[in-house]
Amino acid sequence: MKVHKHDAIIIGAGGAGLMAALYASKGGADVAVVSKLYPTRSHTGTAQGGIGAALGNLDDDKPIYHTYDTIKGGDYLTDQAAAKILAENAVDAVIELEHMGLPFDRTSEQRISQRRFGGHTSNFGERLVRRACHAADRTGHMILQTLYQQCIKNEVKFFDEFQVVDMIVVDGVCAGVVAIELGTGEFHIFHGKASFFATGGWGRCWSVTSNAHALTGDGAAIALRRGVPLQDMEFFQFHPTGIYRMGILITEGVRGEGGVLVNSVGERFMERYAPSAKDLASRDVVSRAIYLETREGRSIKNRGYVHLDVRPQTVNRYFAEEGRDRADFIDDATIERKLPDILDFCRTYLGVDPVHEPMPVQPTAHYAMGGIPTNVEAEVIIDAAGAVMPGAYAAGETACVSVHGANRLGTNSLVDLVVFGRRGGMRIAEFVKGADWAALPSDAGGEIRAEFERIRGGSGGSRPGELRLRMQQTMMDNVGVFRTDETMQQGIDDLEELRERFYTDLHIDDKSRVFNTDLMEAWELGCLLDLADVTARTAIKRKESRGAHSREDYKARDDENYLAHSLVGHDGNLAAPSYAVNFDRKVDLSLWEEEIAQGVPEDQQKFRPKARVY
Amino acid sequence: MDVTFKIRRKNPDVPGLEKPYWQEFVLADVDPTDRVLEMLHRIKWEQDGSLSLRRSCAHGVCGSDAMRINGVNRLACKMLIRDVGEKVQIEPILGMPVIKDLIVDMEPFFDHYKQVMPFFVNDDPAPADGRERLQTQADRELFDDSTKCILCACCTTACPSFWANGHYVGPAAIVQAHRFIFDTRDQAGQERLNILSEPNGVWRCRTIFNCTPACPRDIEVTRAIGEVKLAIRKGRTAGIIQPSEVH
Repeated sequence: MKVHKHDAIIIGAGGAGLMAALYASKGGADVAVVSKLYPTRSHTGTAQGGIGAALGNLDDDKPIYHTYDTIKGGDYLTDQAAAKILAENAVDAVIELEHMGLPFDRTSEQRISQRRFGGHTSNFGERLVRRACHAADRTGHMILQTLYQQCIKNEVKFFDEFQVVDMIVVDGVCAGVVAIELGTGEFHIFHGKASFFATGGWGRCWSVTSNAHALTGDGAAIALRRGVPLQDMEFFQFHPTGIYRMGILITEGVRGEGGVLVNSVGERFMERYAPSAKDLASRDVVSRAIYLETREGRSIKNRGYVHLDVRPQTVNRYFAEEGRDRADFIDDATIERKLPDILDFCRTYLGVDPVHEPMPVQPTAHYAMGGIPTNVEAEVIIDAAGAVMPGAYAAGETACVSVHGANRLGTNSLVDLVVFGRRGGMRIAEFVKGADWAALPSDAGGEIRAEFERIRGGSGGSRPGELRLRMQQTMMDNVGVFRTDETMQQGIDDLEELRERFYTDLHIDDKSRVFNTDLMEAWELGCLLDLADVTARTAIKRKESRGAHSREDYKARDDENYLAHSLVGHDGNLAAPSYAVNFDRKVDLSLWEEEIAQGVPEDQQKFRPKARVY
Repeated sequence: MDVTFKIRRKNPDVPGLEKPYWQEFVLADVDPTDRVLEMLHRIKWEQDGSLSLRRSCAHGVCGSDAMRINGVNRLACKMLIRDVGEKVQIEPILGMPVIKDLIVDMEPFFDHYKQVMPFFVNDDPAPADGRERLQTQADRELFDDSTKCILCACCTTACPSFWANGHYVGPAAIVQAHRFIFDTRDQAGQERLNILSEPNGVWRCRTIFNCTPACPRDIEVTRAIGEVKLAIRKGRTAGIIQPSEVH
């Protein structure tokens, strides 16, 4: 196997990976970025509405308000000190992106333009605030392009279309990763002092998802198998507005511009579920409302979807009711200018023109709040006490800092990428100066090569495509927006059967080496099965409802027993793993504790966990 | 309905399949609103797992699945069956070496992209207040169209000038340069214009117009190339694009 030796190996070339690569290399590290896709194909590029930062360009805003919203949005499972770092660093990070050339839209004062987004308020929930910095409805595209451009400018070394398939851990130290060069099928060892996982999420566990086909959770699954417990896996966000049946995302920015959700009787139903924030309540709240409307027979044509209406006459009617300034009123041209990609998606895929007709939407599996646990320097931690695995780093969706808690706010994924990608990159630059390469084991890469030969040589009767569809359906039906003990057990049983078929009865058609996507998809299915499994198994053990984890048999939040992160470990047995789940990692409540220490009366404490009202 | 797919294939790794050949697949129960990409997945997942293509986001944003569908360059994820009919012919994009089935070698394409300084340059100190550089929304809109580029290569591989001469940087690289040349905050416009006035720069463009209809992002590619040509002719970047002409 060819061995590549670099100070830092960055795995994944989305926002977090590129930011880390940029900062590690600016800090003097020799960096290699290893990515299964060309960097510009990464899923960061599909983020639409904006990146949150309390710039205050249009409304009064402060990082502490952003911190508060993030903690409340996360249903108090958010680590409070981490949320504060997120919100404070967001301001610098966005300014820095602008200095890198990111073409944000502008205000009349020539500053970065901002829009409203769900759950983002000023003065601790008082009113919605314009915080999401945007470049039309393709903010993620601009971030990804800008960061890739800067990496080219800084001559960062890329290994494009090299897929990382294993992590090398020697005596508890991460010594690098094993990758397959897709174009040749050859295995390579990337030997690094630091390995940074930025491999994104695993929305492909569910049948209706906004996620790219590539989002198969490779990094998280690899880490899990190599002894890193995953954190808060039961929390997976369903975004309320995916295009009906297809799951393609319709940005919350549509509602930020005044769009409303309407049921089959023409009612703006969010007024009942969230009297204050209405359509801009947090995503878990809105997704549940759509499900409840469906259950009560008020979905459109009784088919499980509702309408998202951003037609000017609708938006302006509600603006008038709310007493908004006439200057805020919108017309057709406003929509065309601010939401061009959304219009394009609807016109292309649905034949629906949102300027003249409402869009059919349903909740779509969107974002993993959980993942590889890290501290705020993006160092991977491996137990409830926060012990670090030397050499291992992670950030972005694949990681769990945890700034998103039980439910992420819109725009905060992009903030997470740039803030913790940057912190991780800086940390790595320092770390590699004083560290040496851990020695590689003599059989490095041997086990994973054998696993690939097993998959390639399979002569059973089960196609990966069929197993994947069944997994996605059982996750959608049983481990989706609403859950009960019974449904989750069904999910676990189904997954066990699928795993058995994956390990004993698999068959792939393509036996060749060059670009064997049949083989890679089969291996990715194994990753998805592991992540689906740990999602269901932690979910069934969390006997409460919090954020995106909503149980019909335990409807209340239970801070007494579950104001804690879950950790799930894997024993390394791929075909028949046993898992250990605990809730020993306490949530960081340091901002609340400061309030208590300062003698703030209980009814004035902003950061005390309390019932969420929007 | 039934739909027949005729797909151009090759596998350098399998004796007998190293040379390009056509293969037909028939899919039943196809809905007119199904995406071509989903149908290629059905072929791959139900009939022949060896069918190889690139794809990721599946909604026209990542730029992975450019291919020639019924003779024109399209993203498979942005074409619906009702747009292509009951007999669909699919080939790899032209002008790049084919590696396997619909997968081509993208390295020459990205090499051209990297030649045009596709990154923001402004070496002045950042504003003293620690905030963003200022720009009017009107100036921001001058280059909006070219910011949409997803580097899918539909335009470049539809260009006869590029087919004739693979050293030509091609429409996509010019669009990427345009994005910076007309950004009022950027300072390297002239350097990019110098690069693009070399023999393999914009003057290889004969305004054949294939690039514009090929673009899945509706970028007016030919117009962008024309604006770069005009900037080279006039020796300046200011005033080339009139705000009134930005749509």
